[in-house]
Amino acid sequence: MSMTREESLTTTGEVISNYTINFGPQHPAAHGVLRMVMELDGEVIERIDPHVGLLHRGTEKLIEQKTYLQALPYFDRLDYCSPLAMEHSYVLAIEKLLNLEVPIRAQYLRVLFAELTRICNHMLNIGAHVMDVGAMTPNLWVFELREDCLNFFERASGARMHSAWFRPGGVHQDVPEKLLVDIGDWLDNRLPELFGDAMSLVVDNRIFKQRNVDIAIVSRDDAIAWGFSGPMIRAAGIPWDLRKSQPYDVYDRMEFDIPVGTNSDCYDRFMVRVKEVYESAKIIKQCLRDMPQGPIASTDGKVSPPKRGEMKQSMESLIHHFKLYTEGFHVPAGEVYVATESPKGEFGVYLVSDGTNKPYRCKIRPTAFSHLQAMDFMSRGHMLPDATAILGAIDVVFGECDR
Amino acid sequence: MAVLHSAPKFASNEGVIDAISETISVWLIEAIEAHGEVIFRVARDDVARVLQTLRDDHQYQQLMEIAGADYPSRPERFEVVYMLQSLTKNHRVMVKCSASEDTPVPTVTTLWPNAGWLEREVFDMYGVTFAGNADLRRILTDYGFEGHPFRKDFPMTGYTELRYSEEEKRVVYEPVELAQEMRSFDFLSPWEGAQYVLPGDEKAPAKPEGDAKK
Repeated sequence: MSMTREESLTTTGEVISNYTINFGPQHPAAHGVLRMVMELDGEVIERIDPHVGLLHRGTEKLIEQKTYLQALPYFDRLDYCSPLAMEHSYVLAIEKLLNLEVPIRAQYLRVLFAELTRICNHMLNIGAHVMDVGAMTPNLWVFELREDCLNFFERASGARMHSAWFRPGGVHQDVPEKLLVDIGDWLDNRLPELFGDAMSLVVDNRIFKQRNVDIAIVSRDDAIAWGFSGPMIRAAGIPWDLRKSQPYDVYDRMEFDIPVGTNSDCYDRFMVRVKEVYESAKIIKQCLRDMPQGPIASTDGKVSPPKRGEMKQSMESLIHHFKLYTEGFHVPAGEVYVATESPKGEFGVYLVSDGTNKPYRCKIRPTAFSHLQAMDFMSRGHMLPDATAILGAIDVVFGECDR
Repeated sequence: MAVLHSAPKFASNEGVIDAISETISVWLIEAIEAHGEVIFRVARDDVARVLQTLRDDHQYQQLMEIAGADYPSRPERFEVVYMLQSLTKNHRVMVKCSASEDTPVPTVTTLWPNAGWLEREVFDMYGVTFAGNADLRRILTDYGFEGHPFRKDFPMTGYTELRYSEEEKRVVYEPVELAQEMRSFDFLSPWEGAQYVLPGDEKAPAKPEGDAKK
């Protein structure tokens, strides 16, 4: 990149040259390994060229070498802030190819934990966003809540982050009754209190508003053309939520509202996420109220493994177990694109099966790609410190962006 | 077939193929509806025109994704798949075309600004070029990377590995050295479909059907 000599807007008459700086690849406000080559005129951003791919691990290539079940844990490692939401798209894609019925309790459990994941993810993003623009305390408070969420995941699946708990046909294990009671208790007492306290420091805060209001305004048409999804498109005033418009699992039984923004700036994106936390809490409460008893995984022995007890008694179950954990199940040939509403936006999986036990091709649609690509046009004309606010409001995680 | 799965339900596919096929019939090779997905296979050179028709006349406003895929046995080995979404009709369709290494696909950056990175990714991973894309740099792989890693004939371990060299005080690139051979487990059932022919048996005439015992 060459230096350009030209008349500047900020220094009348005096000729200075634009200069280029490197933001990242290791920068605390980059939310991971993002390198941005920024061309600045004084402190005003003229152009941004984000370089992604520093965390590229070739997940899609690795998935082609694994059976459908073995490939599942890779999804936890994509967006490591909302692992269960990543698994959700993948298991639904497999089920769509298999046309597999999932028991109703399993669907409720998945929705419940997908929403808990959304809260968990938003806690991280909201905390990081306010810290990027200078506030320390709220981040420490909402991390308490994130810790609670991770404890719930641990009690359900045994792992705090990389749960691998959603399975084709249902979920891996049933949850203890006490866990559901505790989640309900947490939603009634701890979440509204702590989250409300933390947000009371931020939402009307003068400094926070100065850093976010009217920053990176994106028109409705631009939001659609750039392929925005999730809170980014909702902040632009478009009530588009895949949970409502293209419901999966039991979302069509849930009652919740879609928060939308009016101004489409960083502040609106932030507030949409804040409101979504309360909506998610509403959904979880409905799940807890309506969840029936019953099996938690498909009863089709060709797809989901038998219970341990059955395995000791029945030869057929033993064979099923052996076959499932060596060969895995076969998925009919075909291709599907399944997208769900992950906390960050539309997370899609394009799955091509050739009829064997391994995916022929698994393309992952990261939410961050189209959002980060718009970084250049969103930041143009803003000041250098605004870049961190814009980046924080995009909610980008590089495990998912780079795959 | 009754829908049993609980994957996302968008608007019905009924009549979609007929309505769209009518307007893009000139470029259409094949329209498929399978597994609840609508797929249009179109001629490569006209893919931009098809997508423009879909965007302007059929309300598919958003380009969500461009996926590449590699089928080495085909004469044109690559496939480029465009996923479109309509916010107003609440519907999704896929449009695909085939390509080989030396046949560029027309770019759609003129239609959707976010196509730029998506095309760069397909180029990076498969080596499919896009005519008219002004910024067709690599995107996910390392600076100075050679090859296209998602091709089926690219080894999963790659060709180079890197480490920090204490002597040279920098990261050095070296050819891959595997401590143990790359293992690929083939668990495909030997009970179904495998053809084990005992040595010498291939000379014998084929046995009549039903005579074979397992």
